[in-house]
Amino acid sequence: MQHALNESIEIEVMRYRPEQDKAPFLQTWVVPCTEDMSVLQALQYIKDHLDPTLSFRWSCRQAICGSCGVMVDGIPKLSCKTFLRDYRGRIRVEALANFPIERDLVIVMDSFMEKLESVKPWIIPKEPRALEQGEYRQTPAQMEAYAQYSACINCLLCYAACPQVGLSPDFVGPAALALLHRYNSDSRDAGAGERMPVVGAESGAFHCTAVGYCSEVCPKGVDPASAVNQAKGASVREYFLGFLGKGGGK
Amino acid sequence: MKLQVRTTHSIRVAGDKAQRRSPEPIFWALFGAGGMISALIGPMLVFITGIAIPLGFLLPADAMRYENVLALVQNPIGKAFVLAVVAFFFWHAAHRIFHSLHDFGIDAGNGARLVFYGSAFVATVAAALALLAVGF
Amino acid sequence: MKTIDPLHKPGHAAGSPVYLAGRSGQGGEAANPRRPYVRPMAGWWRRNPFFVRYMAREGSALFVGAYALILLVGLIRLAQGEAAFNGWLAALQSPLSIAFHGLLLAVFAFHSWTWFEIMPKTMPPVRVGGRRLPEAAITGGALAAAAAASLVLFVIVRELAR
Repeated sequence: MQHALNESIEIEVMRYRPEQDKAPFLQTWVVPCTEDMSVLQALQYIKDHLDPTLSFRWSCRQAICGSCGVMVDGIPKLSCKTFLRDYRGRIRVEALANFPIERDLVIVMDSFMEKLESVKPWIIPKEPRALEQGEYRQTPAQMEAYAQYSACINCLLCYAACPQVGLSPDFVGPAALALLHRYNSDSRDAGAGERMPVVGAESGAFHCTAVGYCSEVCPKGVDPASAVNQAKGASVREYFLGFLGKGGGK
Repeated sequence: MKLQVRTTHSIRVAGDKAQRRSPEPIFWALFGAGGMISALIGPMLVFITGIAIPLGFLLPADAMRYENVLALVQNPIGKAFVLAVVAFFFWHAAHRIFHSLHDFGIDAGNGARLVFYGSAFVATVAAALALLAVGF
Repeated sequence: MKTIDPLHKPGHAAGSPVYLAGRSGQGGEAANPRRPYVRPMAGWWRRNPFFVRYMAREGSALFVGAYALILLVGLIRLAQGEAAFNGWLAALQSPLSIAFHGLLLAVFAFHSWTWFEIMPKTMPPVRVGGRRLPEAAITGGALAAAAAASLVLFVIVRELAR
């Protein structure tokens, strides 16, 4: 069913104002909507016309900046890519699960920034390369090995989908491990030895119990669950080779 | 003036404990072996030993009589098969149940690790001893 | 055993706002307006049918463990001699045991299904002709392999039982 022009929708939004609220609560507004209106546009309507104090993150409005992740009816979604026409009557918008709430729909993501940094998400070449040596060359097969993981926009929907992130805030988590795997799988990279300790640590990939929901909610078609489990496999190989004195070990 | 905010147990602050190497690769490999064997033939094993033979349905009711089973486990291949099934099933169960405790919000830690993986280890040793005791 | 506190801050239970480190130097805690709120995890798996299914999948391990225990007892009984082993066989024939094995069979089938369902994510990607094999092909292939392995096992047991 699609909404006709100028129909309206009831939107429940999680509010949390740290200076006055003890805990988050839901506030309901009625927002007029058109068929092509996104959840983000509904939030912007509230801020522009109903309550200027509502706080939420957004930037590009086209599913590439990764800023506008929220829970829509309990499911992690990019609010710019989620349309009111797919919901009937009433929707609930909450801050992304598994993160502390800074204010309203704004989460605290400092822990993720640290985790992201810990996996060294950049190419670590085997040896320094001078500009005049030209570009790196890759076959289509070599690129295929990592390309889908490079589509990650760090929107954190996979963290909101992962119960192990909520249960163990230390857990490096799906996106950071997918990026770790992305660089380890890149033929130009030789940094696996520096990244594998992150996989094999107590806070690493073995927190994952293959729930698989991270890959379900990814708005960019990345498969973090596969990356995390491939990283586990690599860690197992490294662990047992370490016993034989062949692996990189610690 | 720098605003210092620690919002979660940061991995750097967590330091030693979080960055310590996890022993999980061993347990995960054993869990995976048990999960794979039980997924491939588990239902059929349950059907054969627990339903078909006790009821004499599709298989003779005396198929598991003493001499038959003794002959099976005295054969090296039969011995290896029975040990693999029993031991890997235990390791599979121990690993999943241990992680389920965590899923229920119980931070079970190393004590529970010892209890669960220790049980699987004891069961493996018991199965191996029984298989040795029946001879070759 | 202790319950998990997502902030790892002693004295603050999950589900309440937490005052964090204040400004360094003058000011102190009261001057920092930030009070990030950590939502409790209790009952998280009831919030989404996907998680309910996941917990059921993990729960199958209790039954795999129970079956392994039944087999282990049989093995120990076997080592103790014919009389002991016959006792174990008789127990297997009790209606309670048959009913329990019916339940075990259902749970094992669920385990097989869910194990192969998640396998496209837990095993390294399979590439055929340079393209990643679709998930359904991996799950379907694995289920077919399980059916074939089960049939082979059944035939071997039937031949041995003759």
